[in-house]
Amino acid sequence: MQQTFVQPEFRVKIDYDKCHKCGRCVQQCGWGVYEFNERPIPHDEKCRACHRCVTYCPAHCITIEKNTLAFRDNDNWSVDARTSVWRQAETGGVLLTSMGNPKPYERIFDKLVLDACQVTNPSIDPLREPMELRTYLGRKPDAVSVIPDPEGGFMLAEDAGVSRNIKLDVPIIFAPMSYGSVSLNVHKSIAMATQRLGTMMNTGEGGMHEDLFPYQDNIILQVASGRFGLDPDVLGRAAVLEIKIGQGAKPGIGGHLPGEKIDRDVSATRMVPQGSDAISPAPHHDIYSIEDLRQLIYALKEATGYKPVGVKIAAVHNVAAIASGIVRAGADYIYLDGFRGGTGAAPQVIRDHIGIPVEIALAVVDQRLRDEGIRNQASIIAAGSIRSSADAAKAIALGADAVAIGTATLLALGCHLCQSCHTGKCSWGITTQKPELTRRIDPDWGAERLTNLVHAWSHELQEILGALGVNAVESLRGSRERLRAIGLDEQTCRVLGVKPAGL
Amino acid sequence: MVKAATSVPPAGVIEGYRQVAPLVDRDGDAAVVDSTGVYFQQLNDTVRRLIDAGVRDVRITGVNGQRYIGAGLRAPGVRITVEGTAGNDLAMFADGVSIDVRGNAQDGVGNTMTGGTIAVHGDAGDVLGYGMRGGKVFVRGDVGYRVGIHMKAYEKHVPVLVCGGKARDFFGEYMAGGMLVLLGMNARDESQPIAGSFLGGGMHGGVIYVRGRVEPWQCGAEVGVAEAGEVHMAELRPVIEEYAAAIGMDADEILSVSLVRISPMSHRPYAKLYASM
Repeated sequence: MQQTFVQPEFRVKIDYDKCHKCGRCVQQCGWGVYEFNERPIPHDEKCRACHRCVTYCPAHCITIEKNTLAFRDNDNWSVDARTSVWRQAETGGVLLTSMGNPKPYERIFDKLVLDACQVTNPSIDPLREPMELRTYLGRKPDAVSVIPDPEGGFMLAEDAGVSRNIKLDVPIIFAPMSYGSVSLNVHKSIAMATQRLGTMMNTGEGGMHEDLFPYQDNIILQVASGRFGLDPDVLGRAAVLEIKIGQGAKPGIGGHLPGEKIDRDVSATRMVPQGSDAISPAPHHDIYSIEDLRQLIYALKEATGYKPVGVKIAAVHNVAAIASGIVRAGADYIYLDGFRGGTGAAPQVIRDHIGIPVEIALAVVDQRLRDEGIRNQASIIAAGSIRSSADAAKAIALGADAVAIGTATLLALGCHLCQSCHTGKCSWGITTQKPELTRRIDPDWGAERLTNLVHAWSHELQEILGALGVNAVESLRGSRERLRAIGLDEQTCRVLGVKPAGL
Repeated sequence: MVKAATSVPPAGVIEGYRQVAPLVDRDGDAAVVDSTGVYFQQLNDTVRRLIDAGVRDVRITGVNGQRYIGAGLRAPGVRITVEGTAGNDLAMFADGVSIDVRGNAQDGVGNTMTGGTIAVHGDAGDVLGYGMRGGKVFVRGDVGYRVGIHMKAYEKHVPVLVCGGKARDFFGEYMAGGMLVLLGMNARDESQPIAGSFLGGGMHGGVIYVRGRVEPWQCGAEVGVAEAGEVHMAELRPVIEEYAAAIGMDADEILSVSLVRISPMSHRPYAKLYASM
């Protein structure tokens, strides 16, 4: 066999003096790094630095190090670039990777800071005073009518045009990740957490497994170009339908769930043949225009008694004009997925070089819809690397009604961002269908961790709102005056509608 | 007269249709709905309410492009007759309903359909049977572009789509399962080839039968073409007999000319496209 030029990225070091020779590492590793011959012997080239073995080694005797192999310095030809050429020269293949864009593009969230009240306005202590995180997704009427209430005040007239809105107790929802790309136990963990949190999850394009039916009131069912897992029964169960046009990690391209991941259960849920590649075409072949999108939105509404229908797009160059069309097509919300959004599998060249940051997309879409007087007709969900409650608060200030978290969700369940979801061998049991691996996630345990995460972020959001002197998350929405930029150029500040710090 | 649903906006004129409930003449478990000039929301709402109220046979007259007739219906044993030109997305997401179109149908017939039988006694437009995963669609005449794209089969669900006329480009693209049949018999234009380009492009499951023959330029890169053998004709005959009965043709005449069988060369067309990082 020809010798590969690609050297291992990591070195697995075992302190054999401490090692119990118990074989736990052999059993824990999904990548097959360890061979056992009286003691565990690592094969470095298979290591993904996912730390599963490190975490579960009872003797704490494993460390993973970067392979410090020296290369001749060359700023232009990075080691990554050289490695990619070798790999492609060996295989002739499109380089496939997973999770979000890791390249060092400017991170705008990290250059935005929030305001706080000092002296002239009192800040609010959320531990003592009510602080509302509840928000509603969906079309709001141009005007509301009120009727007298029994106490001599006023209340909203019945319906008031908001009856079909989706109530979220927190402005954080779980991002679409399909059954097939993640395991059923991941879906169950998320589903259980949504009910505890009063928020929503999104099935992704792989359909809704019957085990999720008890959680259907908290489920957004995705309709993607492959039309997987859709029939009148499932459409009738989901609370919300979402047309997936694009994904931040791979704008403009489709996807292939490899045949080996399509077992009987995934086949039945997706309604596709077992063992064949499940192909999502790049476009929906019944959507070649905004008029066609309107047609699908109304087809879904007609088929479901007028449930809310959202549209998910990747953030791309003309996103503001596209979003305007989507709202005019009748969408109840727009889901903007920035170029750092995650994926279960994408060509590296697409993930790392196509699309724009969600911060920019959010700001221009919110502004465009306001300028056109149609901002009330649809909500905006921002996603594509919301890493903390601070990112969530900044996204809301830039114009989002709510944010969606995908990568953070998986991190909470054990993901270590090893970017190998596409291999289907996830040692943490997240992005795999192998029963010996998927059973590593207990849905009760997963739901608790996700509930903890969102509770923690919610408390932090309340603190941020209190500091800003507002008592409801909806008061922060689109309030860019409460943001300032540090170190962003003038043009970017103008696009964001944010002043530089000091002004 | 059936009352309009509360979800329907107040009466007005939209896209040339009136937002009013159609006139209904109900006789036991049969009903005639006059859709002349009525907007699709009011029309479809009325049809759904009639079916919920026990009507098994719905005849819709005066249809002129109203969309979504039968969309999302799960009503086994119910028969809908459409008189006129059915609009886009007829029977989209439907499961189990039987629809007879006495006229032409526009785009998206049987889009993402799960079950049921649709017979169109005229021509049908583009994206016919897109993502269909069960049921049958029979068309007497010509069909448009991107027909049968991404049809798929699973478990006992095997969709069947038979087109009596000719098809444009991308017939059976991305097909993952089920059966497509193209007869080329009731075509409007003798000079048009039976199928356009990219027939079965990206196909990775299912089978396409074409009456007569296809040229290599018409076929996608992922398929093989062979004469339909005896075992294949045995699979095809009951389908053709059902089609002929539904459309009013002679099954023996249809089968008097040999057919070619187009099938994918791999169920994993992209297995070797990628190099894992």
